[in-house]
Amino acid sequence: MPVIEIAGKQVHVNEEGFLTEYDEWSEDIAKVLAQQIDVDLTDEHWKVINFLRDDYKTEGESATTRRVQTVGGIPVKQQFVLFPKKPAKKMAYIAGLPKPKGCV
Amino acid sequence: MKQIVILGGGTAGTMVANRLVKFLPSDQWRITVVDQNNEHLYQPGLLLLPFGKYKPKDLMRERRDFLPKQVELILSNVLAVEPALNRVQLSGHEPVAYDYLIIATGTSPRPDQTPGMDDPSIWRNSVFDFYTLDGATALRDRLATWSGGRLVVHVTEMPIKCPVAPLEFAFLADAFLEERGLRDQVSITYVTPLEGAFTKPVASKQLGSMLEERSIALEPDFVIERVDPETKTLISMDEREVPFDLLVTVPLNMGADFLAGSGLEDELNYVKVDKGTMQSRSFDNVFALGDASDIPASKAGSVAHFSAEIFTENFVDLVQGKPMPRAFDGHANCFIESGKGKGLLIDFNYETEPLTGKFPWAGIGPLSLLKETRANHLGKLAFRWIYWHLLLRGRPIPIPALMSMSGKNPTTTN
Repeated sequence: MPVIEIAGKQVHVNEEGFLTEYDEWSEDIAKVLAQQIDVDLTDEHWKVINFLRDDYKTEGESATTRRVQTVGGIPVKQQFVLFPKKPAKKMAYIAGLPKPKGCV
Repeated sequence: MKQIVILGGGTAGTMVANRLVKFLPSDQWRITVVDQNNEHLYQPGLLLLPFGKYKPKDLMRERRDFLPKQVELILSNVLAVEPALNRVQLSGHEPVAYDYLIIATGTSPRPDQTPGMDDPSIWRNSVFDFYTLDGATALRDRLATWSGGRLVVHVTEMPIKCPVAPLEFAFLADAFLEERGLRDQVSITYVTPLEGAFTKPVASKQLGSMLEERSIALEPDFVIERVDPETKTLISMDEREVPFDLLVTVPLNMGADFLAGSGLEDELNYVKVDKGTMQSRSFDNVFALGDASDIPASKAGSVAHFSAEIFTENFVDLVQGKPMPRAFDGHANCFIESGKGKGLLIDFNYETEPLTGKFPWAGIGPLSLLKETRANHLGKLAFRWIYWHLLLRGRPIPIPALMSMSGKNPTTTN
């Protein structure tokens, strides 16, 4: 796994740039990651990101858009507004979590 | 006397009942299967039924005939599972207590979960599912007289039963319409919530180019919000619109309703389990096999089969008070019908994506991975016999439970 520097910190990422170590993430890193994919972080974005971070701690996997809706209380439609086109992937990317499983 | 209760007498439930009786002495273990009816449906046949390849009666057998004699079969609806009380509530029957519970109640299409999809003005008139016998039969009748227009093949949300089936449906529809001289009067669009034709890169590339070769348009990243029954249009969360004359959809798939509120389930009513042992993450004496679990593998008969094999071997250790030493790897093995008497085969697991190569023997085959061949199509047809005679009855088949890399080409050569 490559190591790169984000916001002055060394972090491990996979070939698609997703962070691979849960504890290497920080809010500063999230801000940089969001910038890279043209997302301006607002309080509403943070609500989603914080939900994803907490949920991952108990579940061990990245929440799906459905789970963010039913458990996190943010409707899928709103997730598309916050993270256009590919919310599941973008949310996980900024939250420093693995890309949600495609469920083959 | 210890009691095992298996909920669901479908592919997974039947296989595991047949395996367990081989290992557990019948004077110490009682095994009960609960299902709502006595009809066992050969589900892979539902893909071919709409094109007139099978009749409904070709796909139906009696469940009882595939269960061992010493296994009790209760025909009843499950009302509730009470894992804290080790008990199952049934409709019109005494509650059944268990020492071990195996949930194998699968997954069901739920068109009611997408606004407008099952509107009576369009449902099974211009909107069809094909994972149910009624849906596949209604679709067959519609296709028989259809004169052309916009055909849309659609997947609502992952995970779904047999994730390659909607792609196969698109390939088969293309060949079927060409045979009937209708292909130039039909546009076909494949609408999916995934980023491409399939999830994993190598297979997605191969299957994506097969869509292109057949002039099937791809609409990726489409998360549906609703169906407009009046204009016959799919509308996505980000307000894209796909109009249709004939929609063949895979509705949202969900686990059984009785799991809601049981403390065992996720938000789609799948039982949350350890992906290696299929043991419930909240109750040690509860397991889920087949489509009913939340393991990140294909919801497919092959996965049910391989995982049931691992489960049974582990279970024999578990009941002797030993740890469960084996871990399932997510092994799946799926034929993909591509039309005109050809097919592909994919073989993969949690870690290894579907790759090209030969199967099951390196260099020999006779089957080819991720490549269209006649032999793969014949394999798919032969599979119906294998299913009824070997697989369900827990007899050995020449494919190991855990995936092998033998014969597979690593990702650089595709």
